[in-house]
Amino acid sequence: MPLLILVGLVAGFLSALLGVGGGIVIVPLLLVAGRWELRSATATSLAAIGITATAGVLVYIAHGELKPVYGVLLGIPAAAGAYFGTGLQQRLPVRTLSFLFAGLLFAIAIRMLVQ
Amino acid sequence: MTYVLVVLLGVVAGVLSGLFGVGGGILFVPTLTTAFGLSQLHAEAASLLAIIPTVLVGVWRQQRYGNVRWRPAAIIGGASVAATVAGAQVAVSLPEATLRKLFAVLLIVTAAQIAWRAWRTES
Repeated sequence: MPLLILVGLVAGFLSALLGVGGGIVIVPLLLVAGRWELRSATATSLAAIGITATAGVLVYIAHGELKPVYGVLLGIPAAAGAYFGTGLQQRLPVRTLSFLFAGLLFAIAIRMLVQ
Repeated sequence: MTYVLVVLLGVVAGVLSGLFGVGGGILFVPTLTTAFGLSQLHAEAASLLAIIPTVLVGVWRQQRYGNVRWRPAAIIGGASVAATVAGAQVAVSLPEATLRKLFAVLLIVTAAQIAWRAWRTES
């Protein structure tokens, strides 16, 4: 219980600060500190992120910084993509793909840093 | 044309988010700054909105496989609400360049973590 609250506080701060869900901190904390199994950690993380992101959106509306059109343009197709992605997780060799995905993120980061 | 590209990028981000158990924000934010020229702050706010439908679908799918543990999810989510107020306050008061650099660091950490997780699942 204290672990879950701590996870939530860290995830919520990071989420609103950087515009991400917070799965980046939730999943590893559940895996390592909570000794959860990967699939239930990622699935539970998604459910928690739903609450976190909703709170973040409301806070940004209060700040007057939300441009809803852009969120919708990306979010609706992404929801369709997530439908397939979650199904693929049960079937694909996720391990190999993970290394490719990590490489992609690293490349984006370098690009942002040198810009 | 840009809109078609963004919709396609949205689909790709969604697939990756479902596969790797992330909300998609790490891809939404760079997509919004690059394809739409949004500021880092506006991209972050819009990203949070885009995350909501994405995770709803992801949760719905995972729930069918029995992977979601609802009580812990509610505790984590509930605790996060208060912290989002602080996070957004810091974000609006930081310079754009600083926010971008922080985001890049987050990307590197995320990349390392995904690779580590994959490495770990081998044994």
